Amino acid sequence: MTVETRIGRRFRSLKDEGRGGLVIFVTAGDPNPEISLEIIKSLPAAGADIIELGMPFSDPMADGPAVQASSLRALKSGASMKKTLDLARAFRAGDDETPLVLMGYYNPIYIYGVDKFLADAKTAGVDGLIIVDLPPEENEDLCLPAIRAGINFIFLTTPTTDNARLPKVVEQASGFVYYVSITGTTGTASADLGDIKAAVERIGKQTDLPIAVGFGIKTP
Amino acid sequence: MKSLNTYRAGPDEDGHFGIFGGRYVAETLMPLILSVEKAYSEAKNDPEFACRMSYYFSQYVGRPSPLYFAERLTGHLASSRGGAKIYFKREDLNHTGAHKINNCIGQILLAKRMGKTRIIAETGAGMHGVAVATVCALFDIPCVIYMGSVDIERQAPNVLRMNMLGAEVKPVTSGSSTLKDAMNDALRDWVANVEDTYYLIGTVAGPHPYPVMVRDFQSVIGEEVRQQMQKAEGRLPDTLVACIGGGSNALGLFFPFLDDASVRIVAVEAAGEGIDTGRHAASLTAGAPGVLHGNRTYLLQNEDGQINEAHSISAGLDYPGIGPEHSWLHDVKRAEYVSITDDEALDAFHLCTRLEGIIPALESAHAIAQVCKMAGGLARDNLLVLNMSGRGDKDLDTVAKFKSSQKSGGTAA
Repeated sequence: MTVETRIGRRFRSLKDEGRGGLVIFVTAGDPNPEISLEIIKSLPAAGADIIELGMPFSDPMADGPAVQASSLRALKSGASMKKTLDLARAFRAGDDETPLVLMGYYNPIYIYGVDKFLADAKTAGVDGLIIVDLPPEENEDLCLPAIRAGINFIFLTTPTTDNARLPKVVEQASGFVYYVSITGTTGTASADLGDIKAAVERIGKQTDLPIAVGFGIKTP
Repeated sequence: MKSLNTYRAGPDEDGHFGIFGGRYVAETLMPLILSVEKAYSEAKNDPEFACRMSYYFSQYVGRPSPLYFAERLTGHLASSRGGAKIYFKREDLNHTGAHKINNCIGQILLAKRMGKTRIIAETGAGMHGVAVATVCALFDIPCVIYMGSVDIERQAPNVLRMNMLGAEVKPVTSGSSTLKDAMNDALRDWVANVEDTYYLIGTVAGPHPYPVMVRDFQSVIGEEVRQQMQKAEGRLPDTLVACIGGGSNALGLFFPFLDDASVRIVAVEAAGEGIDTGRHAASLTAGAPGVLHGNRTYLLQNEDGQINEAHSISAGLDYPGIGPEHSWLHDVKRAEYVSITDDEALDAFHLCTRLEGIIPALESAHAIAQVCKMAGGLARDNLLVLNMSGRGDKDLDTVAKFKSSQKSGGTAA
């Protein structure tokens, strides 16, 4: 029996309230550490039910121009994994409710050291991880250690994840399942609502976890 | 490290060479990667596929490429102590002027077999891009080549060739505007066009099965050398030398010899302006293991895991990573990895051109420079094979510019 995380609690209360949740992504340290913290602090009041904090990376292969630019801006003003975790900790000091999910690419975590990263992230109040370039085939790297450390590992499912593959993807999923609603990089196309509905129903048959939809969103 | 029974068994079924390799890609691409793997393993066991490969190799590429005894270079490098007998494996004589076409023939046949109708690729020096554009013309498939804007500038003749062959060359301006950024943009294109598009990777890197597939297609180089050396000298070579960026020409030469303990294997990275200047492309000499572009391998990166820009006078070696099998061969110490600076490569470029009447690619010139360093110290009967991976016509502008900047700067060569 796993301990309920802030993510689990938040989705339970959303269900009780009978409404969908809003997950907001911002890149940590963009445009600089101070403003970034202010932005993150303001998100819950602005309507964010869950915050996704992007870990800046020099080579964000799955991201479109907007997220690439934010990542580079953050790196230019000195962003690092340590500072991202500092930011998470500073946010958590003033908000013990809003789930915080770190999103990004594996290499900065690998270089920081997986065990140290998980320990520091847990202490900082991080609830979940979304790592774009860690498919279930590489679960040994970070997914299984994260689960052992009590941090949710959130898997991406996509229009190309067919029914035969879906069980493998959601097998170790926890927190919620992220549905990437377009085949493309972030913010480059808009998804069709009918397609999303069908996909969410399809995924819902394979998992009891909440499903969040993202990527295919260009405008508010 | 315990000695292995074989160095040729890898990768395992998940694409790992020791801790290196793997499939670190976005979920959108995973089903596609798995379908490429399935298609390749079927094709590999299909005699018809092998038959078509060998047809295009002999009739279109011009294989086998000669194993040429470089008599004047051998004489020039001989010392009182000895001097290796130097052979060039003439991949520069292939159609399109480099080893890249070997892999492109294999992968375009695979893409056709998979029913794909659009090809994308990344290119650094433009040699892979030209080879892709060539096979796409031959097989009548539209293609888009991603190329860093810095590389477009320094490899103008190849851009012109790609355009003439009907390819669309898309300039990449993100990051350092070189090969790694071109690879990022190619991956972004692939994620957006998964249904009809095949990504034709040009080197032994990327997610499984690309490293093993490209190695297999390039292994024709080493297999021919084995036979040709047997015919010329009646035995195996003693020393193999090749340059490495991603490492496909090197692995193509090395792989068939990995289990021949008597064969010394030397791979040459680009040291750019010098390892200690930080402006180089020597991932194994000065990098650390990390995860990028679908695989775990040695990378040039900072202490935060951000990828550093690579620097080399040779656009084809200007990549901050290396194929995962090289990382493994490095760690198990089956191959030696050394590095050569821009200046040393340029000297070797001129030496080879004057002595042998062969203008080498600046990439290959790195291997020649290493041969210049080591040949004199080897025994006179040491049979050394240097992979002449490409021709240097594309580099004439770069070499000329370097010469004039040296003149104006007043530095001695």
